[in-house]
Amino acid sequence: MTVVFSKTPGLTENETHYCPGCTHGTIHRLVAEVLVELDLLEDTIGCGSVGCSVLSYNYLNVDMVESAHGRAPAVATGVKRVHPDKPVFTYQGDGDLASIGTAEIVHAAHRGEKITTIFVNNAIYGMTGGQMAPTTLIGQKVTTAPDGRDIAHSGMPLRMSEMLAQVPGSAYIERVSVHNPKAVRRAKRAIKKAFTYQMERKGFTMVEVLSTCPTGWGLSPIDSLKWLEENMIPYYPLKVFRSPEEDYPQ
Amino acid sequence: MAKMLMKGNEALALAAIRGGCTHYFGYPITPQNEITEYLAREMPKAGRVFLQAESEIAAINMVVGASAAGGRVMTSSSSPGIALMQEGISGLAAAELPCVIVNVQRGGPGIGGIQPSQADYYQMTRGGGNGDYSILALAPATVQESAEMIRDAFQLADKYRSPVFIASDGMLGQMMEPVEFGDTQPTLMAEKPWAVVGHGGKRKPNTVKTLALDPLVLEEMNLARQKKYAQMIATEIRYENFQVDTAEIVLCAYGSTSRIVKNAIDLLGQEKIAAGLIRPQTLWPFPDAPFQNLSKKCRRVLCVEMSCGQMIDDVRLAVNGRLPVDFFGRTGGIIPAPEEIVGQVKLLLGRK
Amino acid sequence: MCNEKILCAGFGGQGVMSLGQLLAYAGMIENKHVTWMPSYGPEMRGGTAYCSVMVSDTPVGSPIINNDATCVIAMNQPSLIKFEDTVAPGGIILINSSLTDSTVTREDITAYNIPALDLATECGNGQAANMILLGAYLTITKTVLMTSVIEAFKKVFGKKAEKLLPLNEKALKKGGDIILTIESVLPH
Ligand SMILES: Cc1ncc(C[n+]2csc(CCOP(=O)(O)OP(=O)(O)O)c2C)c(N)n1
Ligand code: SF4
Ligand SMILES: [Mg+2]
Repeated sequence: MTVVFSKTPGLTENETHYCPGCTHGTIHRLVAEVLVELDLLEDTIGCGSVGCSVLSYNYLNVDMVESAHGRAPAVATGVKRVHPDKPVFTYQGDGDLASIGTAEIVHAAHRGEKITTIFVNNAIYGMTGGQMAPTTLIGQKVTTAPDGRDIAHSGMPLRMSEMLAQVPGSAYIERVSVHNPKAVRRAKRAIKKAFTYQMERKGFTMVEVLSTCPTGWGLSPIDSLKWLEENMIPYYPLKVFRSPEEDYPQ
Repeated sequence: MAKMLMKGNEALALAAIRGGCTHYFGYPITPQNEITEYLAREMPKAGRVFLQAESEIAAINMVVGASAAGGRVMTSSSSPGIALMQEGISGLAAAELPCVIVNVQRGGPGIGGIQPSQADYYQMTRGGGNGDYSILALAPATVQESAEMIRDAFQLADKYRSPVFIASDGMLGQMMEPVEFGDTQPTLMAEKPWAVVGHGGKRKPNTVKTLALDPLVLEEMNLARQKKYAQMIATEIRYENFQVDTAEIVLCAYGSTSRIVKNAIDLLGQEKIAAGLIRPQTLWPFPDAPFQNLSKKCRRVLCVEMSCGQMIDDVRLAVNGRLPVDFFGRTGGIIPAPEEIVGQVKLLLGRK
Repeated sequence: MCNEKILCAGFGGQGVMSLGQLLAYAGMIENKHVTWMPSYGPEMRGGTAYCSVMVSDTPVGSPIINNDATCVIAMNQPSLIKFEDTVAPGGIILINSSLTDSTVTREDITAYNIPALDLATECGNGQAANMILLGAYLTITKTVLMTSVIEAFKKVFGKKAEKLLPLNEKALKKGGDIILTIESVLPH
């Protein structure tokens, strides 16, 4: 018998609490597999955030520290300055990173902090029950914009990857998705690159992963994957925004 | 308006609109999201402004701006969010800017939990921010009282040019109860000649500020504020006495916990143990008087809180050594059961 | 004297929260003192949701049930297991037997197995299983009138839900009638 699929040792045995069809679980697995494949699992220190992934420390088989809402990049900075040779990452939602935590993420990038940020963008606040995030799409109905997000009132959805790519300290910024197997493979490659560049001390690295929230969006798991593809990707294009392999004006 | 069945959070929100709130700024956090979501839906319909801030720090500073500009302003949050607001709250008190701040308390410290708690008593009454300041804190115990206190809070804020806290909690915010809104129109907003609205070339520019580098000036400002606080202490204290005169033990509890204590008092009555309740409706200023006027029958005082014991400091100061003061509490989001309180009372009174 | 403490539990989506709200609202219409208290927070994801309802002739202190429920309505197996002990001695438990495969173990409470999902499906939609159980509860306890529940339905769910009223009314009545033919598992 050949083993076609087995759970990575990068994940613990705990069953996750995510809703059926939520892609947070997939993203956890990618991070875990990458850390195993790069042989970094034993050294890695993760910084959790506040959002549905608040319990990520129960699922990822690495040492982790909790962070207050939005502050993970600052916490990671503290960790990295104590352990400059160890891989350090943050795992943050879009409310956490793009709303309350914008100052921390911008300045971690600005300092060229040698960390990797896994930024899970599901265009909503999942944990608190479906309120508007800065990334919520125009017209998307959420509990704090019941008639849909309106540009005049709330502005355009914030594109964090594009924004952070402008910050000189950023070394690698890519946006990926997990809505089908091909996208998942590409997402994994991106996460692997980010950790590799971190270990090569190239600077700040971030992978933005477009993710589903069937509960918050009020859609079935299958419809959610479709909604992501049809609505999020056109506004949030999947691409490399910054890479140390390219010459980027300093 | 007819009687309605509403969540405490929704009643707070509707009462704010009816109380003339013109601007609301907030950031999502459990267990107060119904306030934010209700106002997102209803404020625009009423021609008022709802805006979701990017953080509680931003929310409280939006309150600073809107209040300075003459609006009738409110924000709401829960414990960790209120912690983030402290810099702004100290500033609001210093700049003497009226506003209402709702705290639907949850278990702490840190991120803590989301279940009901009363562990922010120190945060609200001792000032979590820097400097010499106090903030009126109203503590409702029913959905009806939540609605009434919001209305009063806006008036008190204007009257004293001061922030006013509503100290709610997860239980009171989430539970539904009948509530009636009178037909009274919102009170008119006070004149605000100090507000920054543009001088129109008719007067000297207004400045809303807290900076005072000259210690003599700052001291004078602080003393003036103390006078205002003294007036609040003289006129704004509220409490409810429940079966206190005949009690051999008096319990002290506020908000949700006071409801559980009332059940415990009933149970004690069935066992012929006379217990009473002093329920502070203002946490600051704290009602000292009822503790100073306890009858000879009263042998001891028991403070019950959903915390490890915070209000008990004020109870002890009020009792001032005349009687033993004990504490019973559950914390972390656990609501005490009436039976637990009964057990504690019997233990203290030496009954089986 | 009326002093009912009802706990309704089931999967999210089975209508346990609305069952409780309808009962509380109907109590309010009849000028009784009522409270409704939900379980809240992320535990609702896929897990058990429940609410506690008090309907009383005197003001309600605690809205929380601490093993003193006069009635538990269990709409699924996990709720039955979780809340059997919540019933006060002498109290009742209504079990949605369409979705449970065991019954109570206690002998000091009265249990009724009601195939609520099947009965609701017969009425036209399984979604009304909560109303079958509410109807049964009202026939047993007479806490409020069914007409008050129907009035409450209009108030709680508004105009939009008016077309659902006939189904819900039918299920409420069916539950109320059927319970007369169902023997309790452990009669007093
Ligand atoms: C200071 C503070 N404010 C608010 C909250 C409430 N809160 C918890 S998670 C969250 C938003 C989570 O959204 P996101 O980061 O997008 O993560 P998701 O749940 O969507 O994965 C908020 C506002 C908090 N815990 N702390
Ligand atoms: S609420 Fe949304 S983001 Fe959170 S676990 Fe459920 S589906 Fe995932
Ligand atoms: Mg999100």
